[in-house]
Amino acid sequence: MNDLIEIRWHGRGGQGAKTASLLLADAAFNTGKYIQGFPEYGPERMGAPITAYNRISDKPITVHSNIYEPDYVVVVDDTLLETVPVTEGLKETGAIVINTTKSPEYLKKVLNGYNGSIYTIDARKISTEALGKYFPNTPMLASIVKVSGIMTDEALLEDMKTSFKHKFAKKPEVIEGNMKALEMALNEIKKI
Amino acid sequence: MSIRERLSGNEAVATAMKQINPDVVAAFPITPSTEIPQYFSTFVANGSVDTEFVAVESEHSAMSACIGAQSAGSRAMTATSANGLSLMWEMIYIASSLRLPIVLNLVNRAVSGPLNIHCDHSDAMGVRDAGWIMLFSENNQEAYDNNLMAHKIAENENVQLPVMICQDGFITSHSIENIELEEDSEVKKFVGEYHPEHYLLNKKEPLAVGPLDLQSYLFEHKAQQGEAMKAAKQVILDVSKDFEKWTGRHYSLFEEYKLDDAEVAIVCMNSTAGTTKSVVDSLRENGVKAGLLKIRVYRPFPGEEVANALQHLKAIAVLDRADSLNAVGGALFEDVTSSMYVYKKNVPVVNYVYGIGGRDTTEKDIESVYADLSEIVSNGKVENPYRYLGLRKGAK
Repeated sequence: MNDLIEIRWHGRGGQGAKTASLLLADAAFNTGKYIQGFPEYGPERMGAPITAYNRISDKPITVHSNIYEPDYVVVVDDTLLETVPVTEGLKETGAIVINTTKSPEYLKKVLNGYNGSIYTIDARKISTEALGKYFPNTPMLASIVKVSGIMTDEALLEDMKTSFKHKFAKKPEVIEGNMKALEMALNEIKKI
Repeated sequence: MSIRERLSGNEAVATAMKQINPDVVAAFPITPSTEIPQYFSTFVANGSVDTEFVAVESEHSAMSACIGAQSAGSRAMTATSANGLSLMWEMIYIASSLRLPIVLNLVNRAVSGPLNIHCDHSDAMGVRDAGWIMLFSENNQEAYDNNLMAHKIAENENVQLPVMICQDGFITSHSIENIELEEDSEVKKFVGEYHPEHYLLNKKEPLAVGPLDLQSYLFEHKAQQGEAMKAAKQVILDVSKDFEKWTGRHYSLFEEYKLDDAEVAIVCMNSTAGTTKSVVDSLRENGVKAGLLKIRVYRPFPGEEVANALQHLKAIAVLDRADSLNAVGGALFEDVTSSMYVYKKNVPVVNYVYGIGGRDTTEKDIESVYADLSEIVSNGKVENPYRYLGLRKGAK
């Protein structure tokens, strides 16, 4: 793992990309890392494209700017692929993780010749199966952890169990579904 | 023992306020400072503080309520941003002239117009002559620490002035980062209790607050305010020393980062200083003797100390996150250059107005400033001392 890992999230308002970036920051913090998790605030509204960022390092982080050359990009909504230049500045040694069921041919075409690794996950299917509703952020969180190797699967599951217990103290019935969504995503993420 | 945590800048401030447990908090929400009173009102509702929370109908009333509360003999705090501070304007001057040690957290944002909710320092610069002590914070940790120190500075008998703690809107206020927190009981012990010498609710000493003050006395009272501001410098150093003894975290009037042997340096405030540190580190690896002077205490301005710390440099860039629109230069640039002139330090200085309305300031931007400074060193002259950094090309 590099000393500093930079991640950029692309999603639409209301899908939880910001929450996912904060959950990732939390999980990495709990493994002893220095972290930053911050959204780029624009005219926030449901459905509008939004960007969020993470920096994760073994050393204190002092930089306070957006991320232009990320190691990883996470795309929470594949309808953004044709409107937002998601691979802009993305390092070819890194990877992009996309929530999609689209074909590899289509993805290669819309990713403007990106030569790094491309991973896909069907977060809609996982979320619907595990939670009965469409909340893509939990499966996307597991996917980026798996692809980046920020922590082991076990460490993520252990940490998120505690975190969900706290977060969903008033609706414990959703904890099991969220844990299932994490496990399914860890198993189903695939490289194209 | 410090507690390892991760909090946003706003959460850090709200946490400090919870630990301080002031008598009164009066606030009106405005982006990006809204979360501070929002989180704090939760602490009031769940009983973790016994503060009187006054949900006022405007920022003018927020500062008025703080003035009333502090005059009565209690500790008052508030938070605001940009236009909220503009609406407080009248009461900001009254708070300082009544010598009330109120503590305000200003989450920096561009003052309208046109409407913008993002970071610059135009709000803070608008009140730089209002008689408030102004502390700037690079990150969530410094915002938290400045809050823990603020009351001891403000309430000191030689000071008795309000304190404004600034941090960058969204950039640090909404970024989750690592932070070291102190134990509640330790904070309580450090901040101490507030026992003002004179206060309205003291029935043994009836007094009037803020009466008419005409030709015969206003001048003297203003001079006393000025003397208190001068005295604040030593008090800030003393409190910072005590704070360091307690937490191990060092604070002074400003931070010198690799400045000792530097040939070129940037002077700036708040989050951009962090980005600059990272650039200084990489330039140093390439043999460039770059340094940084980060202003923490902007009011009182440590003019002599700053001039001395910069005297050995070959070229200096002062970064202003607000344009004074005076055709000469930004406020920090004028403070730095006038100090250097007065204390006879002759170093070429150039000003950059940057980051207006939340324009992102990247490591590349900062690298370009150091490259400009190297050019000034080799040419020996400053062609244009008043520049923009990160302005869209062709927009001038």
